[in-house]
Amino acid sequence: MADYTEIRWHGRAQQGIVTAAKVLAEAALSSGKYVQAFPEFGPERMGAPVRAFNRISSEVIRLHGQVANPSIVLIVDPTLIGTVDVTEGTPDNAVFIINTPKTADEMRKNISVNKSAKVFTLDAGKISVECIGRHIPNTPMLGALAKATGVVSVDAVINDFKENYAKKYSPQVIEGNLKAIKQGFEQVREG
Amino acid sequence: MAAEAKIKCSVGLTGNSAVAYAMKQINPDVVAAYPITPSTTIVEEFSGYVADGKVDTEFVTVESEHSAMSACIGASAAGARVMTATSSQGLALMWEMLYIASGMRLPIVMTCVNRALSAPLNIHCDHSDSMGARDSGWIQLYSETVQEAYDNVIQAVRIAEQENILLPVMVCLDGFITSHSIENLCLLDDDVIKKFIGEYKPSQPSLLDVDHPTTYGAVALPDSYMEARRQQAEAMTLSKDVIINAAKDFEKISGRSYGLMEKYRMDDADAAIVILNSAAGTTKVAVDEMRNKGLKVGLLKPRVFRPFPYIEMAEALKNVKVIGVLDRADSYTSFGGPLFTEIRSSLYELDKRPKIINRIFGLGGRDYGVKDSLAVFEELLKIKDMGKIDKVYDYISVRE
Repeated sequence: MADYTEIRWHGRAQQGIVTAAKVLAEAALSSGKYVQAFPEFGPERMGAPVRAFNRISSEVIRLHGQVANPSIVLIVDPTLIGTVDVTEGTPDNAVFIINTPKTADEMRKNISVNKSAKVFTLDAGKISVECIGRHIPNTPMLGALAKATGVVSVDAVINDFKENYAKKYSPQVIEGNLKAIKQGFEQVREG
Repeated sequence: MAAEAKIKCSVGLTGNSAVAYAMKQINPDVVAAYPITPSTTIVEEFSGYVADGKVDTEFVTVESEHSAMSACIGASAAGARVMTATSSQGLALMWEMLYIASGMRLPIVMTCVNRALSAPLNIHCDHSDSMGARDSGWIQLYSETVQEAYDNVIQAVRIAEQENILLPVMVCLDGFITSHSIENLCLLDDDVIKKFIGEYKPSQPSLLDVDHPTTYGAVALPDSYMEARRQQAEAMTLSKDVIINAAKDFEKISGRSYGLMEKYRMDDADAAIVILNSAAGTTKVAVDEMRNKGLKVGLLKPRVFRPFPYIEMAEALKNVKVIGVLDRADSYTSFGGPLFTEIRSSLYELDKRPKIINRIFGLGGRDYGVKDSLAVFEELLKIKDMGKIDKVYDYISVRE
């Protein structure tokens, strides 16, 4: 399974990482992939550290249970660094995408990863406030993920959001999120 | 046509959403339920279908799982097609009513989203809940994936309502691992399902049939109780063929084949793991890894636990040299878990019996990964080489 990918999302409850993992799975699925998306359930309270996971493959995914060795890690809340082991189980050449106004080089030191790891940053919080009017940094992170890894195309993410969330959210919220996805795609920078 | 089929298969749903959707397509007459983690979203989403007028179901909200099963029993005895869902403590609270449902021969279909039992309190997956109900006279089907959960729920309706069976059916899937994981899913058309399950016509007079007054659950003294139980046992025996036939017909409408069990790379296997539900998928990955190294290992995944297909189990395992049965529940016999004792007993009639060990795993959601599966296979192959077993019954992935 050459293109088999495991992804881990780090965030805090209410930041939308479970939804982000879901949108990613749906977008990959509509691109013809096999997918899994699941959150880690624990004591659920606002602000608590939470994790969500994806598996994406061009072949049937038989593996169930925890994602132990993700090659892509998205850190939606940078205050988790130091509290939660964000590099746990990752291979040397893992990709880290971090929501922060800081540069990728600074963050590389911050999470202490070696040179073969790829580190990307974007100010997803700021993008979400500008585009949606609220601090929900999940959708810019999806745009950044598409740009940084190509595991899914940004068009697939946009189309999924348009199609599957139109009933749930108002047109303004949808429009804001689509803008946020595009901004995330454009603003992500590698260190 | 091919394009259409592709579109239908590109659905991504969680196990619970898939079960709720199957229930919507089945459109039962009555659903009575009390929500409990991790089965909650089945009931939540189904209640949405009720509120939106997508189903004709009479949805009964009750104050406990005991009441949920009681309402299901009353509705089923009144001639309705009835479904519900629960987990863990909820199933435990239904206990006495489970026996009444099967004893009255009521074809209720219930999804059990497997979760550990208290104490200590735990919301995560193991099979202690459904395994505890294994002697309650319910048919039990187990599901590895979201797809299997969806398919099993549809087949369960057909199986339960067969005139010579009339037994309740429990469809089990793993809490969170399957219930809350989005996976690819192929949905069937509403019309196809409607035709597959048919219209429910109760074969015995219902409580509401005033022209043929009937008593359900009457007292049966020593002169008659045993005959009722004998008939129930006979129905359970007969259900094996009904389950097989339902699977054959289901394959015609879905292209997906089901049986009493799934055999994965078992043909020339020296060592095999027997395991239920989602952990079977992880074990398949381990089997492939071992096979790539030239090691002859395989997997047997029972789908039907009640009735227990002991003849077919023995047939499938007779040429294996060492078997590891992995139980996600313990029976506290100090001898082995429920799956182990059944498998071991099934092998008794064989002239040359394989060696067999039991490993308890994954209690309360403890992760079972490929490495855990590989470790068991390595132990099995060592037993094969050494010719002796150190510990028949043990726990794995546990701090001691």
